[in-house]
Amino acid sequence: MKRLKSLLVSWEALLVLLLLIGVVIGSVLSPFFLSSFNLEYALPSNTMEIAIMALPMTLIIISGEIDLSVASVLGLASVVLGLLWETGHSMWLAIGVALLVGLVAGCLNGLLVTKLSLPSLVITIGTLALYRGLAYVVLGDQAVSNFPTSFTNLGFGTIPGTEIPWSGLIFAILVVIFVVVLHVSRLGRQLYAMGNNKEAARFSGINVSRVKLMLFILSGVIAALAGIIFTARFSSARPDNALGFELYVVTVVLLGGVNIFGGRGSLLGVVLAIFIVAVLQSVMGLLNISGDIQSLAIGLLLILSVLGPNLARRIQVVITRRPLAAGSSKQV
Amino acid sequence: MTTTSQEVERTKQRGQVSQAHLFRLVNRVRELGLLIVLLLIILIVGIQAPRFLSIDNFEQILLSVAILAIVALGETLVVLTRNVDLSVGSMVGVTAFVTAYFFKQLPQSNLLLGILLGCALGLVLGMVNGLIVSFGRVPAIVATLGTLYVYRALVFIVAAHTTLQVNASDVPASYLALATTQIFGIPALILIAAIIAIIVGYFLHASQSGRQLYAVGSNPEAANIIGIRRDRLVFAAFAASGLLCGLAGVLWGARFATVDATDATGLELQVIAAVVVGGVNIFGGSGTILGVVLGAIVLGTLQNGLNILNISQFWLQAMYGAAIIGAVVLDAFITRWVQRTILSRRKKA
Repeated sequence: MKRLKSLLVSWEALLVLLLLIGVVIGSVLSPFFLSSFNLEYALPSNTMEIAIMALPMTLIIISGEIDLSVASVLGLASVVLGLLWETGHSMWLAIGVALLVGLVAGCLNGLLVTKLSLPSLVITIGTLALYRGLAYVVLGDQAVSNFPTSFTNLGFGTIPGTEIPWSGLIFAILVVIFVVVLHVSRLGRQLYAMGNNKEAARFSGINVSRVKLMLFILSGVIAALAGIIFTARFSSARPDNALGFELYVVTVVLLGGVNIFGGRGSLLGVVLAIFIVAVLQSVMGLLNISGDIQSLAIGLLLILSVLGPNLARRIQVVITRRPLAAGSSKQV
Repeated sequence: MTTTSQEVERTKQRGQVSQAHLFRLVNRVRELGLLIVLLLIILIVGIQAPRFLSIDNFEQILLSVAILAIVALGETLVVLTRNVDLSVGSMVGVTAFVTAYFFKQLPQSNLLLGILLGCALGLVLGMVNGLIVSFGRVPAIVATLGTLYVYRALVFIVAAHTTLQVNASDVPASYLALATTQIFGIPALILIAAIIAIIVGYFLHASQSGRQLYAVGSNPEAANIIGIRRDRLVFAAFAASGLLCGLAGVLWGARFATVDATDATGLELQVIAAVVVGGVNIFGGSGTILGVVLGAIVLGTLQNGLNILNISQFWLQAMYGAAIIGAVVLDAFITRWVQRTILSRRKKA
């Protein structure tokens, strides 16, 4: 346990180091990197949706599941919001219905995973296609973009009297809530227990199905919230909004040191990883690297964040010429 | 027949029918079910739009299914080992673009050389996946989600440095003929897909490695104990998936003639839909090639039917999603039923 903890600490130390290296490289490569505009506006807001979706994803992966449909829920919530606004409904109603869409989408994921005990991996690949498809059905290849300024302020504007963007405040509040839930509350301990050993967790009185259902609903609602912020930020509701963002969300969580098989990880690591990806994206953006090629770096980062520790462990085994301990088979 | 005699009959059958037979029966029932679904689609669409029933249209359906089926066959090998390959769409995209560009730059070169180039490229990409998964011990979903974007970015990089789009007029007619040539009145594309299906089917059914693939998927620990080298098989499955994606990419370029960096984006969802609709268990270890081919044909027919009925193509993706979920849910119920049947039989015995 002590070694495990030291490993975790060193992983987070590594992330801090990576972040610093990123900032240094960024400021060397581009004089605009450390400009106040980039630091206060572009850097935080570009990854805001990824950042807030990574929070419930962390909880879900720690509990031993995964939700690949988040970007599609984001897109679906976005077009529902757009359609309602365009057909003359109030913005508040549109936001409410969009959140409800997220809740229903998450609920369907959760029910399929828990009631039928199906693998979340496959179910959410299915709903990834389903929800994105429904987004296309709702709005076709159109886009809604005539949103009121009071709404787009949510994405562009800052809190009056400060330089903090509204979406930054939302993220900060969510981080506090999630840290309390995962690292302080009983529910958080239950999540780790479930991820480590589902059967043992059930026998110790945790209602695994109910907790997981709640997690998927939470993930859906937060993805819908991310959809609302995304729509406000670009002032545009399109069915292909945030296409492929699940890659970024999963990358951030795994880079943050969360074990893909569940049971291990911390929000500190994930928040650090969010900043690393934000810096990376910002640097690539300043270097005029297109989004399609940016995803090369993110894809590599995803693979390396799992491959790196695995290879390190293998090399360690070779060096010490010691067979793997029986308990470590799960980490592999 | 009275209830009692029915029960007697059933008990008699229970004694005779072995467990393996039961699984084979389930497979047959699934394939039969798919055939019935297929006939229903044909009937429903055919009544509303008679031109759907023409020979020409069926040929169109099979043409559109051929490439999907080739990729789905490779995916089947991977899924049988309890893994998944999400990067297939990007691998097809890379090979389609590179092959088409090759023929644009060197129109005089040998046709076979271009085909081999595409296949070799696919094989290399698949081997990279296999290395990361089987020797790097990265879960397939993570590894191939990563390579999905890495490979796609490679196409964009290649396109940015060469040409944004390869047009039909840029490539030699002999390359395009790959998709249009007819042999004994059957388009070559369909024949190629059929031959690949027979080869893969024979390999899975009759070869030692083929049977080991099922063993690895249905019980990895047991497979390990009896000396099956799991890492190698998983690696080989990913490599084969890449190779078939390479071939599919070559054919993709020949069929669609105009190729850009976004080609075959999202193909992985159709492929996975075809595989799970075709009855391959997503937990590995069970599934047949006939089922996968039927799964691909059902999806292709449905797509064509929507087209002919003038239903918006925007429904397609939602439909693939629903098909994946529906097939997995159905599989879960079938598995439960089989397990319960086996259990009750053991209790009686």
